[in-house]
Amino acid sequence: MAVELDVFVGNTTIMDEEVYQLWLDGYTVNDAVKVRMEGGVLEDYDASADVLLSDTMDQYRTFQMCERLLYSPAKLANQLLFQIPPHRQTMLIERYYAFDDKFVREVLGKKLSKGTKKDLDDIGAKAAVTLKSCRRQFDNFKRVFKVVEELKGPLVENIRQHFLLSDKLARDYAAIVFFANNRFETGKRKLHYLTFQDFAFCAGQLINNWTVGAVGLTELSSPDNMVEDMDVDLDKEFLQELKELKILITDKDLLDQHKSLVCTALRGKTKVYNEMEANFKNLSRGLVNIAAKLTNTKDVRDFFIDLVEKFIEPCRSDRWTAGDMRLYLTHYTNSAHILDTFKHQVVWDRYMGVIKSCIFKMYHD
Amino acid sequence: MPGKLKARIVAGRHLPVMDRASDLTDAFVEVKFGNTTFKTDVCPKSLNPQWNSEWFKFEVDDEDLQDEPLQITVLDHDTYSANDAIGKVYIDIDPLLCSEAASVISGWFPIYDTIHGIRGEINVLVKVELFNDLNRFRQSSCGVKFFCTSSIPRCYRAAMVHGFVEELVVNEDPEYQWIDRIRTPRASNEARQRLISLMSGELQRKIGLKVLEMGGNAVVGYLQCFDLEGESGLVVRAIGTACTLDKISSGSAPGTTTHVHPNTAPASNACNSPSKDGKEPVFGEDLPSSSGPPAHFRALPTSSSSPPPFSPSKPCSRQSSSSDTDLSLTPKTGMGSGGSAGKEAGPLKTLLRQQTQTALEQREFPFFTLTSFPPGFLVHVGGVVSARSVKLLDRIHNPDEPETRDAWWEEIRQEIKSHAKALACHAVVGYSESTSICEEVCILSASGTAAILNPRYMREGCLDMGSSDHRFEEPSPPSCGFCHIPYDELNMPFPAQLTYCYHCRRQKVPDVLFTTIDLPPEAAVTGKGCLIQARLCRLKKKAQGEVNAMAISNLLPFMEYELHTQLMNKLKLRSMNALFGLRIQISVGENMLLGLASATGVYLTALPAPGGIQIAGKTPGDLSNEHHILTIQKRINDTITKNKDLYQINPPELTEEAVGSPIPEPRQRSRLFRSHSESSDELSELDLSHGKKDAFVLEIDDTDAVEDIHSLLTDAPPPSGFYSCNTEIMPGIYNWTSGLQMFTSVRVFRLSNANLTNQGLSKIFTDLCENLLKSLYFKLRSMTPCCLCHLNFAVAVPEEELIQVTVTAVAMTFDKDQTQEKPGEKVIAKGAGETEEQLQFSLELCADTSAANLQSAKISGAPESANISARASSVDYGSFADRCSTWLELLRLKAHTIRRGSVKTSRRTQSLAHSASSLDRSSPLPEGRSRSLRSNRSFGCSSVTVVKMTPLSYLPGTRIIKYLGIINMFFIRETTSLREEGGVSGFLHSFIAEVFAMVRAHVAALGGNAVVSYSMKECVLMENPNKNQAQCLINVSGDAVIYVRDTDQEPLPAVTTIGQTCSGGTDGTT
Repeated sequence: MAVELDVFVGNTTIMDEEVYQLWLDGYTVNDAVKVRMEGGVLEDYDASADVLLSDTMDQYRTFQMCERLLYSPAKLANQLLFQIPPHRQTMLIERYYAFDDKFVREVLGKKLSKGTKKDLDDIGAKAAVTLKSCRRQFDNFKRVFKVVEELKGPLVENIRQHFLLSDKLARDYAAIVFFANNRFETGKRKLHYLTFQDFAFCAGQLINNWTVGAVGLTELSSPDNMVEDMDVDLDKEFLQELKELKILITDKDLLDQHKSLVCTALRGKTKVYNEMEANFKNLSRGLVNIAAKLTNTKDVRDFFIDLVEKFIEPCRSDRWTAGDMRLYLTHYTNSAHILDTFKHQVVWDRYMGVIKSCIFKMYHD
Repeated sequence: MPGKLKARIVAGRHLPVMDRASDLTDAFVEVKFGNTTFKTDVCPKSLNPQWNSEWFKFEVDDEDLQDEPLQITVLDHDTYSANDAIGKVYIDIDPLLCSEAASVISGWFPIYDTIHGIRGEINVLVKVELFNDLNRFRQSSCGVKFFCTSSIPRCYRAAMVHGFVEELVVNEDPEYQWIDRIRTPRASNEARQRLISLMSGELQRKIGLKVLEMGGNAVVGYLQCFDLEGESGLVVRAIGTACTLDKISSGSAPGTTTHVHPNTAPASNACNSPSKDGKEPVFGEDLPSSSGPPAHFRALPTSSSSPPPFSPSKPCSRQSSSSDTDLSLTPKTGMGSGGSAGKEAGPLKTLLRQQTQTALEQREFPFFTLTSFPPGFLVHVGGVVSARSVKLLDRIHNPDEPETRDAWWEEIRQEIKSHAKALACHAVVGYSESTSICEEVCILSASGTAAILNPRYMREGCLDMGSSDHRFEEPSPPSCGFCHIPYDELNMPFPAQLTYCYHCRRQKVPDVLFTTIDLPPEAAVTGKGCLIQARLCRLKKKAQGEVNAMAISNLLPFMEYELHTQLMNKLKLRSMNALFGLRIQISVGENMLLGLASATGVYLTALPAPGGIQIAGKTPGDLSNEHHILTIQKRINDTITKNKDLYQINPPELTEEAVGSPIPEPRQRSRLFRSHSESSDELSELDLSHGKKDAFVLEIDDTDAVEDIHSLLTDAPPPSGFYSCNTEIMPGIYNWTSGLQMFTSVRVFRLSNANLTNQGLSKIFTDLCENLLKSLYFKLRSMTPCCLCHLNFAVAVPEEELIQVTVTAVAMTFDKDQTQEKPGEKVIAKGAGETEEQLQFSLELCADTSAANLQSAKISGAPESANISARASSVDYGSFADRCSTWLELLRLKAHTIRRGSVKTSRRTQSLAHSASSLDRSSPLPEGRSRSLRSNRSFGCSSVTVVKMTPLSYLPGTRIIKYLGIINMFFIRETTSLREEGGVSGFLHSFIAEVFAMVRAHVAALGGNAVVSYSMKECVLMENPNKNQAQCLINVSGDAVIYVRDTDQEPLPAVTTIGQTCSGGTDGTT
């Protein structure tokens, strides 16, 4: 004796958010039933596990049928098969495109290729995410990447419009796309302490300030001037100009002058003043060298590791606090403006603005 | 050439990829009607083609317009090989043929393929230009309106109810034709879909002709069914009630405040304001045929010009409970015993009866498919009448003359008629017919409720019905009148315990009442109602031909008897005394018969309180046995107490000596209204044997009793917050909010153990139904407090060892705080409120007639109802359904936000209906309405109209302002990759979802936003997992409507309608 067929179809599609989450998380039907049992949904209902199994199966089937539509969320709004209220549609999309920070941290900056997909079981195991869920998340990254690749215009806005995502999620996807496109190295041991959100913030800074599109915001606001991939690639001209900053470390006078200006400003304001003074030249060299090397794709990839090695680690070993860091970088940036012979103020600001906020984000106490 | 059909193909979207190489499709469209086909250009390499075709014009007879669907086929152009079909759309253009329904069909239709399901959508525009045809001998019946709704539709009033119409058409099933041996299953399924569509059209047209013949203009309670007889063919048959309906001009719709009390005011207008409506029924006088319809009535149809002779070719293959009915029946209850009627209201009753007789007895079949009636229409209710017959199917030799099938039904109807006579009733209401087929055996069933009707709706051209008829109604107040026995007390058709009506104390009532109709809205009830089901399985030996038919017909009476006993016991267990909406299905399989009886139990205030149930052992003295009995007795008593609490049944204490004491006395014996028992000898014997004992003493030594007790005690009450019923009206719940969820659930159960006993099988079946209900409650838990209304179970035995249960119902939310009100008081208070309201209305009218003022007057004038609606609306504001209907706005809003980056929130909560109605006000023309609604919709280009669906005839909190036509669709879906589609469950799940989607799309294209009286008539699933194949047929129907929310302003109430309302109000007070 067995139930051979069991379906329930509502005119308005019934979806339980809890079950949806379990489905997204890659639980099998039986595991999902177990979790729900433990959750105690059945308490008020004189019902057995069969009821829960039947309900879970129904919902899983519904989600599977919906999945096809979720690949291009705009379709969900004008398809006829499922009558889903708009707030539910939003929920479906948002949750479907949500991802585990731990998982995305593992694939961040990796090529979104078949090769990576093959390694998903290892990655999933590391991040404690089921393979099924990994696949969904990975495919989402790929899908967004592919769609955005062919679109003109601002990256975040494109993602938000095309996938009907919330602003926050669209920004995160922009970061993922940006990292995947520029293949930033994030997997090195030294970078392990950084979370996805740290990187996402940095990506946002880079996208907003260092790409072609970033300039567009101020100068090329008419849509005709939109350049392809303007948000995904760094502004080549700007990277070229960064080489000019080298003068700050190659010109001995300039370096000393810069140092004394910073030290004067810092004296008495921090406990680690001595360390700052001692390390000034090293740190400055580090930052300027990073800037100067960014024309090399290889060095772009190592951008974050360089920041950690050349700046964050030395400071951390000297036990700077975040406040010290803020103080130091502010004065370091501002003092450069007072240097008479330093002519690259605009480039300097554009560079240091991003570096400053990235380091603030990346420097964990 | 009385008609011109015009169609335009606008665009397609979401088309499937047909060319793997380019990942694109070169689509074009063929538009076919009758034998004429047009083609659009090919739209190369696009999944969202824009054809923007010219208007394709078909010049056709209106006969064809009624029969044929418009066929739209989307194809992929292929230069080298044959073009591939992507899918089809069938559009029934019937709604366009009626001036009052839709004026244009326009919208996105899912492109459907029997193998792939829905494959994209196509935007189509269809119009019809109809020329008036005055030919009296025409074959078409354009303009006759069809309603699935089995009550007078909301925005109409019945000027006259003509009576029963029926028709059937027969054809060979393409699947069983020789050609299908060479063509693909897909081609034959498409042929089937096309054929059935054609047959339904033909059937409707023929029924329409009969209606015109009778002088009517509409069919209400239209019930169409298919019999897939396999090799012997395909039968499409339909029954309905012919009526003359008058449209109530929009805006008045006085039934608005009371969704539970439908058509109260409008119907009473019908008889009471001759000054205005007087001219309408003249219609009836014009047609001579209608004044003496019975003679023509039967003679007209198809081809059987004389009453079909009993087919002698089939030597009596049926032996149902009621063979030779007329013989056994007539003598039993001295018919027409008007003279010896009850002493109290004797003369009146007699007079009434005589009048009714003249009106009804002329009809061959005084049957009505209606289940709910205008007030005053239903005078007395006798009880349930049913008849079944077992037939052997043989090939239909000449499809044009389906004499055998006609004769079969004729026979059954005659039987029903004589059963009704036995109950001294002249009419049968809530009438329905059904079949169950297994191989070559077919069980035909018909059932209804014997009743006495007020003749005033049926008398042709009779306008002076006003005052004199009212006096007849006087003796039986509406809240209990229908319970009073129609038969003669001294000459009862069956033994029953009669008492004086507990409500009016003037006339006799039976102790229990079973009916197939809905609870009359004005009936006085105590507490709440609930769904009651009796379930039964009986094993049967496998056999062939006549032996098989014989075996089945021998089992039938026993099954019916047991189902009734179960129902009665369960009714007692819930302390209720009446059943409404009773529907008994008997399904036949190769080796078993399934019986399922569903009804809504209720405590009618007018009827005596039911006695309890007493358990007795056969061998008194045995101590252990005694103990056992005591425990069972205790459990039963506990359950009764619990149920009384649960359903809030606390009837008012009677000051005088109670006639029906709660303790079962030996003399108190309750009998079932099973008229067929009278007609069969074997059964009457059975009855006698049962009669010796007390009906409610269950002897537990008896195996049957063990089963009974088991089934009694295994029925779990619904979880808190849930109620259920299978009728239109849930007794005891009046304050609906707008949350609504229609659903279909299907379960198939495989019996693995072949050696089951009857009891074992019945238990499995009972558990299956109970578990299904539990699942439904669990699924819908987020809607509590809610009621599952119109729970419609359909059982089938698709294969040996398989049981299929299909349920369609609607879950509706209600406001818990107000459920405590006593319904009796409520009815009275309501009536008073209404009167007051209407009086004030007219006063206001004198002072100022502006619409706004009327609105306010209405609210202030009816404290009771206004209160309710106000509270209800405040609840549904945040409710799910409300949110549903605002999708459009939200989506559009979203689009705005994205494009402009600015958010407008002011109009956010306005509903679609709301905006539609506000548009309405600016365009008072009825056509303008649907158009404005549509333009409104198409404006938000990316969104889809929300279409509500419900098996009920109303949507709580709303007002139906227009009926757009009947939806009657038939689909077949097949697969050769069952596993890949998720097995049978996955296959059926997507198919049902697709069917819903197609229904919604058609309704939206007609300009509607809801389907009422929706039902899934057929869901036949065949599977062959070994071959990885499955096939399923689904037939659905309903009425497409436009509704507006109650809270919305009424669009321009015309002065005339206000006058109507007033007269309706005064009518109510008299």
